[in-house]
Amino acid sequence: MARIGVFVCHCGENISATVDCDRVAENASGLPGVVHSVDYKYMCSDPGQTLIKEAIKEHKLTGVVVAACSPRMHEPTFRKACAEAGLNPFLCEMANVREHCSWVHEKTESTTQKAKDVVRLLVEKVKRNEALQPIKVPVTKKAVVIGGGVAGIQASLDIANGGHQVLLVEREPSIGGHMSQLSETFPTLDCSQCILTPRMVEVAQHPNITLWSYSEVIGLDGFIGNFTVKIRKKAKSIDEHLCTGCGLCTQKCPVRKIPSEFEQGLGTRPAIYTPFPQAVPNKPVIDKLNCTYYLKGRCKLCERVCPTQAIRFDQPDEIVEVQAGAIVLATGYDIKRTDFFPEYGYGKYKDVIDGLQFERLASASGPTGGMIRRPSDGQIPKNIVFVACAGSRDPAKGIEYCSKICCMYTAKHAMLYKHKVHDGTPYVFYMDIRAAGKDYDEFTRRAIEVDRTKYIRGRVSRIYEKEGKLVVVGADTLLGGQKVEIEADMVVLATASVANPGSEELAQIVHVSYDRYKFFAEAHPKLKPVETNTAGIFLAGACQAPKDIPESVSAASGAAAKVLGLFANDELTREPLVAVVNRMAPPLFSTCIGCFLCQPVCPYNAIEREEFKTRDGKLLKAVARINPGLCQGCGTCVALCRSKSIDLYGYSNKQIYTEVSALLDEALV
Amino acid sequence: MKIGFYPGCSVDGGSREYKESCRALAKAYGIELESVPDWNCCGASAAHNLNRELALALPARILSLAEKAGMTDLLVPCAACYNRLMLTQHELMKDETLRKNISEVTGLEFKGTCSILNVVHWIQKWILPELPEKIKKPFDYKVACYYGCLLVRPHKVLKFDRPEDPQSLDEVMKLIGATPVDWAFKTECCGAGLSVSKTDVVADLSGKIVRDAVYRQADALIVACPMCHSNLDMRRREINGYLKQNVSLPVIYVTQAIGLALGIDRKELGLHRHFVPVNLPEKAEATK
Amino acid sequence: MSHHEPLIRDSLSGKVLMNTEVKAERCYQCGKCSAGCPVVDQMDIPPSQLLRLLQTEIPSNDEKILRSHTIWLCLNCEMCIGRCPMEVDIPPMMDFLRSESIRRKMVNPKAGNIIAFHRSFLESIRYTGRLFELGLVLSYKSKTFHLFQDAGLAPEMIAKGKLGFIPERIKKVADMKRIFSRTLKKGVQS
Repeated sequence: MARIGVFVCHCGENISATVDCDRVAENASGLPGVVHSVDYKYMCSDPGQTLIKEAIKEHKLTGVVVAACSPRMHEPTFRKACAEAGLNPFLCEMANVREHCSWVHEKTESTTQKAKDVVRLLVEKVKRNEALQPIKVPVTKKAVVIGGGVAGIQASLDIANGGHQVLLVEREPSIGGHMSQLSETFPTLDCSQCILTPRMVEVAQHPNITLWSYSEVIGLDGFIGNFTVKIRKKAKSIDEHLCTGCGLCTQKCPVRKIPSEFEQGLGTRPAIYTPFPQAVPNKPVIDKLNCTYYLKGRCKLCERVCPTQAIRFDQPDEIVEVQAGAIVLATGYDIKRTDFFPEYGYGKYKDVIDGLQFERLASASGPTGGMIRRPSDGQIPKNIVFVACAGSRDPAKGIEYCSKICCMYTAKHAMLYKHKVHDGTPYVFYMDIRAAGKDYDEFTRRAIEVDRTKYIRGRVSRIYEKEGKLVVVGADTLLGGQKVEIEADMVVLATASVANPGSEELAQIVHVSYDRYKFFAEAHPKLKPVETNTAGIFLAGACQAPKDIPESVSAASGAAAKVLGLFANDELTREPLVAVVNRMAPPLFSTCIGCFLCQPVCPYNAIEREEFKTRDGKLLKAVARINPGLCQGCGTCVALCRSKSIDLYGYSNKQIYTEVSALLDEALV
Repeated sequence: MKIGFYPGCSVDGGSREYKESCRALAKAYGIELESVPDWNCCGASAAHNLNRELALALPARILSLAEKAGMTDLLVPCAACYNRLMLTQHELMKDETLRKNISEVTGLEFKGTCSILNVVHWIQKWILPELPEKIKKPFDYKVACYYGCLLVRPHKVLKFDRPEDPQSLDEVMKLIGATPVDWAFKTECCGAGLSVSKTDVVADLSGKIVRDAVYRQADALIVACPMCHSNLDMRRREINGYLKQNVSLPVIYVTQAIGLALGIDRKELGLHRHFVPVNLPEKAEATK
Repeated sequence: MSHHEPLIRDSLSGKVLMNTEVKAERCYQCGKCSAGCPVVDQMDIPPSQLLRLLQTEIPSNDEKILRSHTIWLCLNCEMCIGRCPMEVDIPPMMDFLRSESIRRKMVNPKAGNIIAFHRSFLESIRYTGRLFELGLVLSYKSKTFHLFQDAGLAPEMIAKGKLGFIPERIKKVADMKRIFSRTLKKGVQS
């Protein structure tokens, strides 16, 4: 005979302001099988949990229903409490009366009624729960870090220094990411390359780190502690063991006018190239889309000049599978290009550039050797306008969020400009100066007070070219919306930070969720900022939301700490919510008819064939068997099984039907 | 071939050369422009400045009459009328109560079945297909295509071309042999709404447009709106006063420019009615 | 949905919302509308500032708006909404503010010409169904006493066949009477 306890939580006022918790508890006490029912202000607090534990002992409960928040929030909390009181944790269920009731409905009678209904159906379900035992699985103590920008570098180094193997996978020919393109960094104005390149070298030399550049993750199977990562190593068309990185091929390559990705199109590169002199690995790749040999079948000049015969035109892409226990996503961000702004010139004015292009102009290693020269004619701009919030905080353009880094880098740009062009005037159009961070506000004040940048609070309506000048039409809202027209020599748009192209595809490959802007979603915005909803996959840096360098590095170290924590275990316990094919005594063995239709639909390749044979090896029957280590409990096979031989622990057909029946208020099964 | 035609008051009156050139083009293509029977004024800016219902009822009557006459395509050459008609159709189609109320006011049923074409739509749909073989004398000039406000804004309702740096007129001009200049005042307002009541403002706004077209070395301004035309053409004296120079840049309707390329008589296109004489520089004429 | 906010607010901002669905609170004062407005230099209150006044919901600020020259100068060129990042639809809001300004008899004295022109325009179509340009100009001039302004245009317009002397009438002028009397009711036509 079932003895169920119901515990209704007020969640402060989160639930009780809308749902009448007293009446929900009172109503539950009258349900068949319920022997105890109470409500309490904070059920997840220590006294709240004690309430549950004592009730389990006192009333000899065989099942518990906690009516509170989403199971994603506190199911582990309450299941642990039950276990501590000697009740199998899988005999505890949560009725979500917060996200499903109080947060989404007005305070009305029907909201309370809905809460009562939700409790009723979970009471019916829990009566049919079975005591389950957790599954134990081993852990592969190797991490794959995807993305070799500053976040990926930091995460890799932290995990490697913790004593574990790391495979760092980078899409481009070199690691370094956007940070390697920056000139100087706020708020200290230290040279970006000077602080980053030593860490890049450290990655290359670390005994625990394997670096695969020019490679992409194309598949992922398995689960926490036991992932199989499929990686495409794109053909670099060189033998990396023979290549010494002497650079002769890149000097001799006759194709020289390809816009350099690293220089943001402000400089050029040959078809066989390393993105920049400090690249890691410092060995070239051949860009097949632009190489004359690949296009026309002749040239091979690089092959002739290579002193070590390292060129391999026939090298194929290689697809490799790697075992790993944890994944860190560190794929970074991108920025909107100037052609996103029709009113600012549709990307047709050469001297309207974006923030990353300005970084290259200001960089000592950039195309102008660090001189601020405008792209159209190489002149030094005397009037320069910086436009903040170019695309950010702009719902009309589909980007509602603040890109977070632009206020600071715009102040930095104005400063760098003034340090290099003493007689020039920098203007900044801004909406708000968002400079929250250590030494950040002081920094922007310096741009205004010391470097005398003209900050104008207002948005720019349009930019047009007139007699070699760019006329910037804006307004000064602090002067009541007065129109301001500046004839500028160059304009820098602080364009919005957006998710990296390809982030959506990658999210689908690795099964992590992402937000509507295609940034990867964290498991909890406050308490699980570096975890994803997929156990064992962690986030580092700006792939999760726009972040500056300090924040990206912090997140990366956070993700590395999570990986190291995971790797501290030799085996993991998993929830036993897996599918199972029934078994019975011979000669039937199972109701499974062995059609194996379930096999191809399983997304996790968890379904195997099991054969029953006589002693002399004659096949009696072949049936499906589900590997509990691989099964993720998605239930696809359950729905598909024609002979209804598969069921899901914790969500059995019987449990679900009972819930539905209870909801429909029909005669209970 | 017959299509519906709503000239509107300006095109029927002070800007009659626009109507004349539309009709001349239609004639050259064997198209009959059939006027909406007993059409009335759309109310222009006066109505919506003073009263919303009136501003909806006047265009609603026109559209209802056109529907009644069985017109599916309705050419509205005046950009201002086009804008009012489109906005009315949009408002009435999204709000059933409003539609009922306005029908009650006009005493006519409104179904929203008319496809309202601006002059560029019309050209794209009816004139372009046979254009290349009909050209007698390529319009080999540098032109600044001026779209103004009402042809492209509000984009959410009109959904025509792109609202910043539009291209449709430029594309049409290229097809008749012209070279459109890339200029900065394509969609800046000429001040038409205040043409009579605040002439100083108009001289200022229209002056900036003319000045930029001259600076880009255009031989002519191409327009598709009688309001823009009268400001840039008839108000040239005030504009010249504002610019402190005499600018002889002619302002030509898109239909007139195509007409010239087709070899239609200048008078038939109404070019003699312009205040700023249409004296295009002589070119070595390549007759096709 | 928030249940704390009354659906009908008595402020001008509330009326704007009710009549035009324009939510003044959306404006975050970036000033892009003022920056792009072709007539902002002539305005006493730039559009962004007008929205700020609206946001305060203070009666004296509401009155400032209704008495402003700005609402009459707006050309409805739609540049502001074309570029507004928050999609605050200013032109229909201006239409509403003008009618409200007339209704509350708060019309800015400098707007006299503009309103006189609009009224002459509407009068012209009320009686004939179509605009009679010469009639409009004469009626406007008699309203504003600007007898000589634009006098130079007329002869040339006549010479170029642009100005007719006889108003065109539609057949069913009764339709116009019906439309005008049912929409205007009172207040607009003085």
